[in-house]
Amino acid sequence: MAYKMPVQKYSGKINEVTIGNGLKLGGESVLPFYSFDGDIGNKPAIGMEIWDIYPESWPKCLQEIFKDVADDPAKWANFCIYNYSPDFICLKFEGASPDGLDRSPEECAEIAKKVAESVSVPLVIAGCQSNEKNAKVFTKVAEALADKNFVFLSAVESNYKEVGAAVGMAYGNIVAAESSVDLNLAKQLNILITQLGIKPDRMVMDPGCSAVGYGFEYVVTTMDRIRLAALQQNDTTLQVPMILPVSFETWKVKESVATEDDAPEWGSQEERAVGMEISTAVGVLGAGANAVILRHPRSVEVVRNFINQMTE
Amino acid sequence: MALNGMQIYKLLPQKNCKECGFPTCLAFAMKLAQGNVEAEKCPYMSDDAKAKLSEATAPPMRTVKFGAGDFEYALGGETVLFRHEKTFVNRPRFAVMFSDAMSSDEVDRKIKNVNEVNYTRISEEMHVEIAAFKCEREDKDAFISLIKKVTDSCPKLVPMIMTENTEIAEEAVRQFGDKGPILFGANNQNYEAMVNLAKDHKLLLGVTAAGKEKLYELVEKIQKAGYKELLLDAGSRNLKGTFDDMINIRRTALLSGDRTFGYPTVAFVCDMAQDKMMQLACATLFVEKYASIIVLSDIDYSIALPLFALRQNIFTDPQRPMRIEQGIYKIGAADEESPLLVTVDFALTYFIVSGEVERSKVPAWILIPDAGGYSVLTAWAAGKFNGKSIAKAVKEFEVENKLKTRELIIPGKVAVLKADIEDELPGWKVVVGTEEAATLTNFLRNYKQAAS
Repeated sequence: MAYKMPVQKYSGKINEVTIGNGLKLGGESVLPFYSFDGDIGNKPAIGMEIWDIYPESWPKCLQEIFKDVADDPAKWANFCIYNYSPDFICLKFEGASPDGLDRSPEECAEIAKKVAESVSVPLVIAGCQSNEKNAKVFTKVAEALADKNFVFLSAVESNYKEVGAAVGMAYGNIVAAESSVDLNLAKQLNILITQLGIKPDRMVMDPGCSAVGYGFEYVVTTMDRIRLAALQQNDTTLQVPMILPVSFETWKVKESVATEDDAPEWGSQEERAVGMEISTAVGVLGAGANAVILRHPRSVEVVRNFINQMTE
Repeated sequence: MALNGMQIYKLLPQKNCKECGFPTCLAFAMKLAQGNVEAEKCPYMSDDAKAKLSEATAPPMRTVKFGAGDFEYALGGETVLFRHEKTFVNRPRFAVMFSDAMSSDEVDRKIKNVNEVNYTRISEEMHVEIAAFKCEREDKDAFISLIKKVTDSCPKLVPMIMTENTEIAEEAVRQFGDKGPILFGANNQNYEAMVNLAKDHKLLLGVTAAGKEKLYELVEKIQKAGYKELLLDAGSRNLKGTFDDMINIRRTALLSGDRTFGYPTVAFVCDMAQDKMMQLACATLFVEKYASIIVLSDIDYSIALPLFALRQNIFTDPQRPMRIEQGIYKIGAADEESPLLVTVDFALTYFIVSGEVERSKVPAWILIPDAGGYSVLTAWAAGKFNGKSIAKAVKEFEVENKLKTRELIIPGKVAVLKADIEDELPGWKVVVGTEEAATLTNFLRNYKQAAS
């Protein structure tokens, strides 16, 4: 008997969402990288994370790379673009945190505008830990960057109305719906956001992320189920590209934070942290992520090589 | 093909003797059809019926074994493509590649690296399980002495003997057969001799061919020759091709129900890239989907920490969450005056809480009672995380002898437990901590300042 390849049928397709002027996410009609089954859509995109303030809390080995540019977000963004060619820049307003600098929304908007004017790639705007503050920051930043098609990371259950109305409806940008590693919560938030009047092809989702080793099985399973529902059951509420802020998680776990004095047997801290970032990024790409956010240049290089080999 | 309950019932003696533990033969047949019980439980079944049944009820993917003693491992036996459908059962095993063409410096370096990566994470010992030995010089003595050197220096490694030369294979198997090695290299030319060798020594046999079609034909021949302890390799040595092989071999077994491909597979990540970080990327993908043996060039902590942790996560049974051992854990240079926190034994909760405590740089203690392995609110709702279980842990782990502090920080979500715990622990004051671990860092810094 000759070998017969199994055939897997899909009935759904992930929406194609355009970020900025022409960065396209999604569009696939098969499971991630299953090119033997059909159209894998657009290549997953890689973004680099920068902050509005100097990243004092980052491990020294990481600070070292950006130390000459990291006190000016526009310089920092261009340094990344010039040297490492990310598909987008994720500008995170850590300085807006009420526990920290408590930067005003107006100030954030000014910084965002300056960065946006100086860069050649689209921006993903991320907030701080306070969802309440983020709603105010996003409103001002979205106004300053009206109709740019930039992504705002993110709208959560407690602020989606404010974020959705400003970012998506009033100022023509793209809303990222963030839920915490649960298929039903993700679906519910997507529905609520579309009920505000936001079109499905004007949103992306962050289903929740963690580093490998830290409940990562929940992340993979949630993403698997989202993609299976979207593609096999044609659930239109879940046919939304997924963006995973990998670096927000991997750089705070023990494997990345412990210095060589803390854990001499573990070897180079920088390599460990890069390893955690790469493995987590590939882990979520294998489960359906359409974009990942990273910090370390070496992670960017390796993950890009991985994506190219899988898609070309 | 699988039989249904009624078809199985017809093969049973139908005497309702109850010796299988079920009230009737029909009830037993139904359980057999679901795969929840083994046919051997019935003492009166004819051999013919047994053979038919075991063929019909065998899982679509075979479970095979390799290694010996403490270092014996099972591979395969998977029943689902996605872990949420049931669970993944047998985790992939990691190998490091050696070759008789390597310089002795290189071999020594790899031996050192393999032995250095050995640690425990959530009650699981993490180390490389396999040394793959590629015979490239067709020099029997050199090959044997390489295997001897490495296995003597790394007693935990099970050898994977890689040669298509049956004479060399025979000698290697003769010398290292007691370690339960994997014999890799049955191809279309040598498979008869290789099958006999594997049969004689009861070894897992690696089967290799160029492409899935050729592999399929070869496996059919080997099955006809009566051997089913197999490990498959469809010959791809690049990332994309190997991914195609892994997915489609697994789907052929589980979706098409075709047992010709119902065996575990091996991914040669060592051939996909020179750069170890790129190898890490490839290996990550194959832990998720769907390699059973992953061969790396080398190992160190920067790739072991993520890979072993990922494997531990992906192969956790969704119905049985990972638990951390109960006890009192020291974070940083904590002394007897340092703050004491309590949380549950659900591994994920412990990891997040201990991570935030570490990040705060405030040395502290974390007490883990028996909370049933649930998250904070679930354990509280189930009555597993309360004054009694916490007081029991304080006594059992001799907290009052070890620490001078008599303040206990509890998760903010169970603030309601304060009075209950203070009743059970006379002389203690309960402090209500934060609702989320993410804000614990600030809380601890302020808590320490207030104390000093």
